[in-house]
Amino acid sequence: MAHSRIAYMNARLLDPASGLDATGAVLVEDGVIADFGPNLFKSGAPSVDKVVDCKGLCLAPGLVDMRVQIREPGDEHKGTYETATDAASAGGVTTMVTLPKTNPVIDDEAGVRYVARRARQLKRTKIHSYGAITRNLEGKELTEFGMLSEAGAVAFTDATKAVANAGVMRRALSYSTAFDLLLVQHAEEPSLASSGAMNGGELASRLGLPAIPRLSEVMMVERDLRLVEMTGARYHAAIITTRESIDVIRRAKRQGLPVTCGTAPHYFALNETAVGDYRTFAKVSPPLRDEMDRRAVVEALADGTIDVINSDHAPHDAESKRLPFNQAAFGIVGLETLLTISLELYHNGHLSLLDVIGCLTSKPADLLKLSGGKLKIGGAADLVIFDPDLPWQISESDFKSKSKNTPFDKRPVQGKVKATIVDGRVLYKDKGFSA
Amino acid sequence: MTDIHDSTLFPHPHLLGIEGLSPQDITQILDLADHYAERNRQRKPKLTRMNGLNVINLFFENSTRTSTSFELAGKRLGADVINMMASSSSIKKGETLIDTAMTLNAMHPDVLVVRNGESGSVKLLSEKVKCAVINAGDGQHEHPTQALLDALTIRRRVGRLNNLTVAICGDIAHSRVARSNIHLLHTMGARVRIVAPPTLLPGASDRLGVEVYTDMREGLKDCDIVMMLRLQLERMQGSYVPSTREYFRFFGLDQEKLSYAKPDALVMHPGPMNRGVEIDADIADHVDRSAILDQVEMGVAVRMACLDLLTRPIQIKDEEKGA
Repeated sequence: MAHSRIAYMNARLLDPASGLDATGAVLVEDGVIADFGPNLFKSGAPSVDKVVDCKGLCLAPGLVDMRVQIREPGDEHKGTYETATDAASAGGVTTMVTLPKTNPVIDDEAGVRYVARRARQLKRTKIHSYGAITRNLEGKELTEFGMLSEAGAVAFTDATKAVANAGVMRRALSYSTAFDLLLVQHAEEPSLASSGAMNGGELASRLGLPAIPRLSEVMMVERDLRLVEMTGARYHAAIITTRESIDVIRRAKRQGLPVTCGTAPHYFALNETAVGDYRTFAKVSPPLRDEMDRRAVVEALADGTIDVINSDHAPHDAESKRLPFNQAAFGIVGLETLLTISLELYHNGHLSLLDVIGCLTSKPADLLKLSGGKLKIGGAADLVIFDPDLPWQISESDFKSKSKNTPFDKRPVQGKVKATIVDGRVLYKDKGFSA
Repeated sequence: MTDIHDSTLFPHPHLLGIEGLSPQDITQILDLADHYAERNRQRKPKLTRMNGLNVINLFFENSTRTSTSFELAGKRLGADVINMMASSSSIKKGETLIDTAMTLNAMHPDVLVVRNGESGSVKLLSEKVKCAVINAGDGQHEHPTQALLDALTIRRRVGRLNNLTVAICGDIAHSRVARSNIHLLHTMGARVRIVAPPTLLPGASDRLGVEVYTDMREGLKDCDIVMMLRLQLERMQGSYVPSTREYFRFFGLDQEKLSYAKPDALVMHPGPMNRGVEIDADIADHVDRSAILDQVEMGVAVRMACLDLLTRPIQIKDEEKGA
């Protein structure tokens, strides 16, 4: 590779890890951040191969999305590594972690190595994988945590299934402590939730749809927290949607338990009324909850109870969604709307810009012990340049994602990704921006 | 040969466990066993001190080496030994443990050697019979003669039990061998570590007077003795441990992990071994490092000592009658 030096000038540098929010520059040398800061190149134009004038736009670490379904292998008609990485780049995501729910399930070393190999071949978004907690996601037998993590699995989860059996979960948590691994739980008691289609409540009753009661979430969280207390294992509730479970996690954190949790943009930008009129694009697991819950999620993000925002990107082809509501698939594509929708938290005055970016970068990276998510001299130049204020309208027809199941189509939003850079290479550029 | 009147009488009517034995009790058994170990190496006619006494081996669980070891021990002392295996006994026909005990008691045996799958069962049985009872393994509770033979092996190889660091590795949670060894080594002044995946550690393991490790390299560091335990195959397929491969990789004893222990550290295993699961074959067969065959040899000597000590009161009475 030829020696290359690129200077990004006149940018609003955002680095949540260090609290930096100032106008400055970044020097990228051979794909690595060689220097950055408010004083860099202040005294004059640098001698570099290329100068990019960011014109005051924000420059932040690329987003780290810790909950993505790529659908390959097994469901390539819904999404592939090519379409997922294209969508990630369009959304400002430079690192993503794929759920093991593929066919075959990622429950052995070969599966973990497959993900790494595909990512290496493509040289686009950095991709890591979870290992399944139980073989074939059946909730019975533990997978080889030690060997899978040596092969590259960054954490363990049964994806969109909860580990239902308390004894199995206890052993999984206990065993994980030998290797200091993070277990990620889809917190939903299946015996209460599995026959439902939407949030339990007045709307479900009026629509005549089977309900997923709100308590199915808090029950599972409470059970798991008892097991965490017993085993001392690191536990992350993937998606938290109800005020009760938020309260429980808030208390557990105060108690000092090694517990974290996440959410996705649709849980703080929408509520169950998005389902009204049987809109299957708003059918998601866990389901969109009521307005009180939505507000609780916003509040929990603001006070740090919820640690991370992930897209929970779950592509489905139109055929899986154009069905009677109860038969339609659960899931929303989110890679391309992750940053934009998250910026609503900033525009509505709930979180600072730096805190929003922290939930999307340094916090998930720290949780999974990944090197990205920070501006760091010597670190990979994985960056996103975005306009925090630009008003525009989401249009699913512009999506790079193969599947376009979004409830945000036509939504007027503020803030747009202008460029996405991985290892110094520009993988995405918005119209009119020269990077 | 030691005179039976020489030593003080063993102060317990049964050998149900190591817990509750004093250092003097343990030393008494080991000293006598040491004597028998030497004798067993000589081609001498068998002893006569248990002539006319009956030992019944009552095994409710399959066992080859322990029952054989007790049988040989009894016969070397001149006793009549009868083996009763659960498969061929009335247990299969639905008789309860206590009924079996009462039936056997009516036959006036002098020693009952009992193995049973339930913790506490041997103690229960001992309360119902009039003879001495030796626990040959009760569930996940104790296996005292195994711990004694391990101690004798160490004492003969290293010369002492106190101030040694012993790492017991593997399925501690389900192991009666581990429990008996923890009690014995602790009582005799050794430093005991237990090393296992967290799923195979007993609850509140930090309260057992041991140091707890979940990493083999840390746990074996500077150890004098490495005691491996057998892992039951049914616990290795995704329940307590994901697979035998993963277990061997992280918790099996191989040269690399053993290199963290002292250079002359002794490797022990109660048998039967799962080679390639908890122990690498070349370590198991290593003459200088592995004490595994010594353990088998010491097993007979220790069981002779236990049978002898527990029947001393009868031996003395018989002698007085005869005299």
